[in-house]
Amino acid sequence: MKTTKITGAQAVMKSLVAEQANTIFGYPGGAIMPIYDALYDYKESVNHILTRHEQGSIHAAQGYARTSGKTGVVFATSGPGATNLITGLADAMIDSTPLVCITGQVASHLLGTDAFQETDVVGISMPITKWNIQVTKANDIPAAIAKAFYIAQSGRPGPVLIDITKDAQFGLTDFEYEKCSNIRSYYPKPKLKKSSAEDAAKLINEAKKPYLLIGQGIMLSNAEKELLEFVEKSGIPVASTLLGLGAFPQNHSQYVGYLGMHGDYAPNIKTNECDVLIAIGMRFDDRVTGDVSRYATQAKVVHIDIDASELNKIIKADVAVHADAKEALKVLTQLVTTKQHTAWLQEFKDAKKVELETLQSSAKELYSDELKMDEVIKMLSEITNGEAVVVTDVGQHQMMTARYYQYNKTKSNVTSGGLGTMGFALPAAIGAKFGAPQKPVVAIIGDGGFQMTLQELGTILQSEVDIKIIILNNRFLGMVRQWQQLFFEKRYSFTEMISPDFIALSKAYSIEAKRLEVRADLKESLVEMLNYKGAYLLEVMVAKEENVFPMMTTGASVSEIRLN
Amino acid sequence: MEKTYTVSVFTENSIGMMNRVTIIFTRRHLNIDSITASESEVKGVFRYTIVLRTSRAQVDKVIGQLEKLIDVFKAFVHEEWEVVHQEIALYKIKTETLTNGDVEKVIRQHHARILTVDSKFMVIEKTGHVEETQLLFENLKPYGVLEFARSGRVAVTKPMKEFSTYLKELEELNHKI
Repeated sequence: MKTTKITGAQAVMKSLVAEQANTIFGYPGGAIMPIYDALYDYKESVNHILTRHEQGSIHAAQGYARTSGKTGVVFATSGPGATNLITGLADAMIDSTPLVCITGQVASHLLGTDAFQETDVVGISMPITKWNIQVTKANDIPAAIAKAFYIAQSGRPGPVLIDITKDAQFGLTDFEYEKCSNIRSYYPKPKLKKSSAEDAAKLINEAKKPYLLIGQGIMLSNAEKELLEFVEKSGIPVASTLLGLGAFPQNHSQYVGYLGMHGDYAPNIKTNECDVLIAIGMRFDDRVTGDVSRYATQAKVVHIDIDASELNKIIKADVAVHADAKEALKVLTQLVTTKQHTAWLQEFKDAKKVELETLQSSAKELYSDELKMDEVIKMLSEITNGEAVVVTDVGQHQMMTARYYQYNKTKSNVTSGGLGTMGFALPAAIGAKFGAPQKPVVAIIGDGGFQMTLQELGTILQSEVDIKIIILNNRFLGMVRQWQQLFFEKRYSFTEMISPDFIALSKAYSIEAKRLEVRADLKESLVEMLNYKGAYLLEVMVAKEENVFPMMTTGASVSEIRLN
Repeated sequence: MEKTYTVSVFTENSIGMMNRVTIIFTRRHLNIDSITASESEVKGVFRYTIVLRTSRAQVDKVIGQLEKLIDVFKAFVHEEWEVVHQEIALYKIKTETLTNGDVEKVIRQHHARILTVDSKFMVIEKTGHVEETQLLFENLKPYGVLEFARSGRVAVTKPMKEFSTYLKELEELNHKI
């Protein structure tokens, strides 16, 4: 086949089209101008969303990836453009989000000279990318992009960065695109060992009190259906990590709750009472385990993960299954016997009752008049039937949402889990909407986190993004304040926050907005917001000093989780 | 309990590979005692030999995270008794000291060899374990050592499986799927 020469920048666009990447989040600048020039010819077929900051671009791409299941694509220029991606890269790395980030770089003859807007982004991003590469020749661009997409989305997904020098973007190359499907030093699809699946099934079949913990791995491997079949056949109670919420329908009778530091009471304490603990697509984060030395020591542990380095990293597994969740669940469902664990499930329900009663009585005592965060979330969950895409930032509102929003649909929970990035939600919600345009997208954000990336209101304005924003305003950096109250003798060191008029601010961006202050208006306000055509910001004034309970304090074991 | 471990890492030969390998150690606050890298018996595949003192639990997790790197084929960890290892050291001393009979004796005792003799200086080479190359240094010191350079450890393992066999297995694994 005869090919005509094209520029490296055009090769970038053609490669992206070959990967069906039709949504790009980005921000132009000097060193990426040739690529933006090539992009100009794709205005009809490629949707480029101009954010207001590169951090906004990458968080939006993360939101897009999480709701669409596709790889998020980001463009940024060299130097500050590239360094502004760093937080998002770290976030995507720890939360296993597939991204391909393309940064411009100074011309190759200027590398290492401290040229204008030069930064060693490959060096800087090495520990927080799954893979990265610098390309200095136009010829190398298609192969680098093919490799990048393959790496980003295979195995345990993650962010990849390609740094392309300006001369490579201008340079001429033949173009022939070949998708990458094999890298000789990379083995993303482990072969499930039959014997380990049998060992796991044996433990499960003999268990009196088996207990299943699920994580985001279920969604990343599209194993929701296989999970449901396994759970219903085996009769095992299911709890979820923060990122796993939605992988299993929460209105299912075998769903017992949310794990971890601010998780539900029953799922935490039962970890230390089960006899076989099965963990799939989760990594025993310290926010889940509490004190590791007192975590599930009584139980036999079955750990299934696609990332071999997660097995036996934190919790020693009696049976470690290195496999893709979907494949492992298929095999396990065949091997386990049909059972019901009615009495064991009842134990979770009894513990749940204790939690509800305790939380209710302390709520009455502490904040009877003021509107509380959990009321807002519960009402939102009810009105949307737990079927909206709900994006959260980081802090108390995030934990409240994880606790009280009933995620019934997969890929509907977008939050910054591992890194805990404040400022994540607003841009991530923008991306989430592009990833799931048919679904309602609601961003729930604290007054602190909102002000970290509020410039993205401009993106909502320009790109007409139909998202609903709820600011739960407690005039504090609430989570830090809670810790100051509990562990630092109420020394509220720099956690009180004075905010601008969010309604006026929103209206300045032509985004409809309203402030809600009394309980009586709650339902009506949420309905009005959800029914509004276009973006809408609802500021909810909530109790200043509400605390999130249950809570597992530092160094505590899962069985020591506090209810008040 | 801390012990000395030899880590062997087989990688592609790509720009920045050394950095990718070493930051895995940095992240866990582990200090590398010595590191060497060169092409292995398989063309295009590089072998890193890294020596460090740490606990077994730590080094096992390092291996897992090294193998997670895209350009790493395989990583191994070995205890002292599982490897045959060597280092090379070069010592530059003034040629005039050779006329001092004792220097010749020192070189002879240590089974070291003279690499080159210039009118002003000569270079002595000694291979061995670090204690041995260090001892020669101590013994030459009184005569004045102008320069001393020692390599990191190179090691081969006692288990008989060749790396190329692993490589073949890994390739098959990729093609089966």
